[in-house]
Amino acid sequence: MAELTDIQLTRSSPPAEARPIADEKKRHHLVKNWQIYSMVAPGIVFFLLFKVFPMLGIVIAFQNYNYYEGILHSPFVGFAHFKELFEYPEFARIFKNTMIISFYQLIFEFPTPILLALLLNEVGHSFLKRTFQTLMYLPHFLSWVIVGGLTISLLSPSTGFVNEVLGWFGREPISFMQESSYFRSIIITSGVWKEVGWGTIVFLAALAGINPEMYESAQVDGAGKLRQLVSITLPSLLPTIMVVLLLKIGSMMDLGFEHIYMLLNPLVYDTGEVLDTFIYRLGLLGGQLSYTTAIGLFKSVIGLVLVVGANQLSKRTTGNSIY
Amino acid sequence: MIRASAPRKWFIGFNYAFLTLVSLTMLFPFLNVLAGSFSSGTALLRGEVDLLPVGFNLDNYRAVMTDPAIWRSFGVTVYVTSIGTALSLIFTSLMAYALTREELRGKRWIMMLIVFTMIFQIPLIPNFLLIKGLGLLNTLWSIILPTLISSYNLIIMIAFFRNLEEGVIEAAKIDGSSEYGIWWRIVLPVSIPSLSTIGLFYAVSLWNGYYNAIMFIQDSKLYPLQVKVRQLLTGSDADELMRTAGTALQSMEGIRMATIIFTTLPILLIYPLIQKHFVKGSMLGAVKG
Repeated sequence: MAELTDIQLTRSSPPAEARPIADEKKRHHLVKNWQIYSMVAPGIVFFLLFKVFPMLGIVIAFQNYNYYEGILHSPFVGFAHFKELFEYPEFARIFKNTMIISFYQLIFEFPTPILLALLLNEVGHSFLKRTFQTLMYLPHFLSWVIVGGLTISLLSPSTGFVNEVLGWFGREPISFMQESSYFRSIIITSGVWKEVGWGTIVFLAALAGINPEMYESAQVDGAGKLRQLVSITLPSLLPTIMVVLLLKIGSMMDLGFEHIYMLLNPLVYDTGEVLDTFIYRLGLLGGQLSYTTAIGLFKSVIGLVLVVGANQLSKRTTGNSIY
Repeated sequence: MIRASAPRKWFIGFNYAFLTLVSLTMLFPFLNVLAGSFSSGTALLRGEVDLLPVGFNLDNYRAVMTDPAIWRSFGVTVYVTSIGTALSLIFTSLMAYALTREELRGKRWIMMLIVFTMIFQIPLIPNFLLIKGLGLLNTLWSIILPTLISSYNLIIMIAFFRNLEEGVIEAAKIDGSSEYGIWWRIVLPVSIPSLSTIGLFYAVSLWNGYYNAIMFIQDSKLYPLQVKVRQLLTGSDADELMRTAGTALQSMEGIRMATIIFTTLPILLIYPLIQKHFVKGSMLGAVKG
């Protein structure tokens, strides 16, 4: 490791006669601190190997990749897979599903924790407040398999509680999991159920950080609760709200594979199939490696544009950014 | 205390009622499934079970707990979670510690590398080809290694270590301690609260996750608990269990409910212990973003 860094450092070195001394100094620095460098080395190797090196594999999106010829010898086809992608009607539908679900997730999963945090913040009784919090954080610790299992169980047409309630009103049982018109609502509802409580934590922390003197002087000035909310609380929360919004927009293309795949079944593909599940089914299970890599690349690029774009926009308008 | 006005009183009343309702919503699906898991199949099918078991029996649990495949998956998950958490903690803390040391050059480049990996996602198939190329397919390493260091946890840990007393480290250096000695004997012991927080982040995501497992593992003997349970809950596995261990009191739904409770119990048992750590860690993450 030390040698490798040394070589790279030498390459960018200043004029010839100064070089031996500079080299000597650098070598001395590395020899003296080799232990520290050896501590970051495994981490750097991890990031390079698992997060950067596979980028080379993206080249198969432009090939007709097969296992026998490998990345180096598989035939090159240029943008053929991308062309196929945009001409394939199925793809348009899956892309639309992805965008609709992610848009709904943004609308429902982003503001609900803010509202809940504002309400929790009004609870004066500290034991009650802690009890509310403990119960609301709980679903965050359950796996998507369990959350999906609970969802399926509650919605079951024969034994589920929801259909039991419908029965009280004389309604016929509905097979929620098999009807595509319900799929998106089920995804959004179960997602909010799992994460809304957990999402309040950052906002509660921000609320706790507001200087109480501001409220006191506002009261002296005769400002009511509503006025205090608009003029003190919300402006103080704005940086936190912006950062959370940015992170949400940045991960818009990731709807949560584990969440959707758990509840997906062939009967609801027309509203529920999204890019990630399609890539898994067609690519890994169906063996269409190059085509699904093209889809994956398309998705990664949109994701990248969303993060960078949202970050720039926020930097300009509010001065907040995530990197 | 300032006297509350009438609308304010209304608001407070509404607020308590609403928050109580939300809290109960978090609990209800559980209680419903818990009651169902102890109920007879006929009561379940008649829709009689709400919050209390009807026709109490343990047959559903007997069917789940006598299935050797579930126990094997349970063992796989315990193995992956313990080994994975230990390795993740070692390598994350080593890297975070070195990144807080002044002697390390090129920190800016390393941080840029980490942030870059957070915003650009490698598509599935190239990842799959990497795991295949490394010979990790159908091994438990394919679950542990791809998530060995989480950028998010690394950044939180760097923030923790930055708050450490610089003087202690300097004193240890003067005493001739090696860097590894300082890391192991000084930095780690004083960071136990933060290490346990990050450790729990890693442990819960290893215990709960199934993404890596369904991507990289085809051998059903190596299925972790979540993959096995997923099959039971969505597929025909519950049918099979019923046919082999079934009695008249059971139904597929009942067996599924018992499976859910069985899988969730370990998390529920440690939840009170871990909750505090989690909240602390996630707040720090929020501040440092």
